[in-house]
Amino acid sequence: MSSTTALAGARPRKNHLLSVVAILVSIVVFVVPFAFIVLTAVKDRQQASLLDFSWPHQFQFVQNFVAVVEARDYMLIIAFINSTILTVASVAGMVVLAAMAAFVLQRKASRWNGLVHFLVLSGLIIPPAVVPTIWVLQRLGLFRTMPGLILVEIAFGLSFCILLFRAFVATIPRELDEAAIIDGAGPIRLFFKVIFPLLRSVIVTVVVVQSVVVFNDFVNPLYFLPGDKNATVQLTLYNFSSQFTTQYNLLFMNILLITIPPLVMFLFFNRQIVAGMTAGAVKG
Amino acid sequence: MATTSIHTPAKTRTTVAGPDRGRLRSPYSTWFYLPAAIVYGVLFAIPTFASFYFSLTRWSIFESKFIGFGNFVTFFQEPALVKGFTNTLIYAVVTSGTKVVLGLLLAVLLTSQIVARGYLRSVVFFPVLVSTIGVGLTFTVLMNPERGLINSALSVIGIDGPGWLTDPKYALLSVAAVDVWKGVGLATLIYIAGIVSIPGEYLEAAKVDGASAWQSFRRIILPLARPATVTVIILSLIGGLRSFDLIWAMTRGGPGFTSDVIASVIYKQYQAGFYGLSTAGNVVLFVVVTAIVLPLSRFLNRKEVEL
Repeated sequence: MSSTTALAGARPRKNHLLSVVAILVSIVVFVVPFAFIVLTAVKDRQQASLLDFSWPHQFQFVQNFVAVVEARDYMLIIAFINSTILTVASVAGMVVLAAMAAFVLQRKASRWNGLVHFLVLSGLIIPPAVVPTIWVLQRLGLFRTMPGLILVEIAFGLSFCILLFRAFVATIPRELDEAAIIDGAGPIRLFFKVIFPLLRSVIVTVVVVQSVVVFNDFVNPLYFLPGDKNATVQLTLYNFSSQFTTQYNLLFMNILLITIPPLVMFLFFNRQIVAGMTAGAVKG
Repeated sequence: MATTSIHTPAKTRTTVAGPDRGRLRSPYSTWFYLPAAIVYGVLFAIPTFASFYFSLTRWSIFESKFIGFGNFVTFFQEPALVKGFTNTLIYAVVTSGTKVVLGLLLAVLLTSQIVARGYLRSVVFFPVLVSTIGVGLTFTVLMNPERGLINSALSVIGIDGPGWLTDPKYALLSVAAVDVWKGVGLATLIYIAGIVSIPGEYLEAAKVDGASAWQSFRRIILPLARPATVTVIILSLIGGLRSFDLIWAMTRGGPGFTSDVIASVIYKQYQAGFYGLSTAGNVVLFVVVTAIVLPLSRFLNRKEVEL
C-alpha cells in the first residue's frame, strides 16, 4: 500500500493522452455493440430491419417488450421460469455437494486424496461425452426432464466449486473443528453449524459465478432438455433467431432482456465475480 | 528391562491415543464425498468411460453394434470432418494467442496511471458475463456484408469490407475475433491480478536504476506475471478447443462446413442420428484436449519453478 502511494507520489500526473485514446477505443469496440442492442430493441420493425446504427425514429420500448413476451404463447416467461429453476437448483446443489467434498478433501489425509484431485482436474479439462450422457440419463428416466438437466449441471460444475472451496477451507483453523468436537459436535453438526457458515464469502463467490455460467449455458439444455415446453432463455433466444429474421427489433429486445440478469449480478457482485474468476491466477 | 519399561508406556499411549485420534478424525468422514461422487460418477465419469466403447460401435440409442475403428476412419477420411478437426486447432490457437497478447497489453494499460480506470476495466470485462448466444447473434448482424455496421463503417473510409461470415476464407477467423472480443476481459482480469501481486518495490528499484518503461515491462512484469500467463493460456486453450455455442450461433459451421469445429461436428452427427460417429468425435476431442493441455501445463509449470 505504501509503495503504491509512493509511486503515485512520484508520478502524480496521469497520462491524459493515453486515457483519451483508451476511452475512445473502448467506446467504439465495447460500448457501440451494446448501444446497438439497446437502440435496435426500441426501434420499429421497419427501421430495425435496416440494421444501421442510428437514433430510433420512434421509441417502441413497451410495444416491443410486450410483443416479445407474448410471442409463441408467452414462451419467454416460461423460459425465464425454467432458467430460474435450473439456475437456483443446480447452483444450490453444487454449493452443498462441493463444500462437503472440499471440506473432507482438505481436512483428511487419506489414500483417496490423490484420486479425488485427479478427478477434480479431469472434470475441469475433459469435454463431457454427450451421447453417452444422454444414454445414462435415458436409463435413469431423467432424459428431457428438468431434474436430469439440473444433475448434469451439478456434475459439470462440481470441479470448479471444489477447487474454490478447498482453497478457502485451508484458511479456516483446525482448532475450530477441535473445539466443536470437544463440545460434542458430530460430523454433520460440525460441518453445517460451524464450517458452512464460515464459508459465507466464498459461497457468495461460487453462487454468483456459477449462476452466470448456468444461466448463460446453451449447450447442455440443447442436448439434455430439448423441446419447447422446457426451453431455457438461451434456447428460446436461439429459436427466436430463426423465427425473427424479419423482426430484428424483437430479436434484440430478447437479447436485451436476457442480458439484464448478468448485468444486475455484475453491478452488485463485481468484487466476488473478480475474486472467483481470478482464483487460479496468482497460484497458477 | 529399561527398554521394556520405555516401550510399555509408549505402547499404552498409542493404544490410548488410537481411539482418541479415531474420534478426532471421525468428523471428517469419508461419506461426505458420497453425494458429489455419485452425481459426478454417474453423469460424468461413467459417460466418459462409456464413450470409449460406444465410439467403436454403430449405435442407435436402442442398440449398438461393434464395428472397431470404423468411426475413427470415417472421421479422418471425410473432408467435412477433417476440416472440423483442423479448424478446432486453428480456432483454439488463434483465440488463445490473441487473448494472451491483448490481455497482457490491456492489463498493463489498466494498471497504469490512467483516467477512468474503473470504467475501462468494467467495460472490458462485462462481455464475459453476457450470453454467448446473444453476443453471437448481435455480431452476426453487425457483420452483415451489405448492411452491417462494420462494413458500413469501413466503407466510410473507403474500404470494401468482405462478407465476414459468408466468405469461407474469413468465417472461422471472424468467429474467433468475436470470441476474443467476448473473452479478452477474463484474460485481462487474470493478468491484472498477476500484475497487482508484483511488489511495487521491484518497479521502483528499476526506476531508480534508470530502467525504461519497456525494460521494466520486459524484465519485471513479463517474467513475474508468468503464473497469470500460464492460467490464461491453459484456460483459453481448453475453452477454445471445446467451443461450440458461439460458432453455432454465428455460422452453424457454414458456409458449407468451412467453419465447423469438432464440437459442432459432434452435434451435427448427433442430430443426424449417427450416435457412434458423434461419440467418436467426443473421443477425438478428449484426446486432442488432453494431448495438448496436459503436456503444455506440465511444461509451463516446470519452467515456472526453474525461474
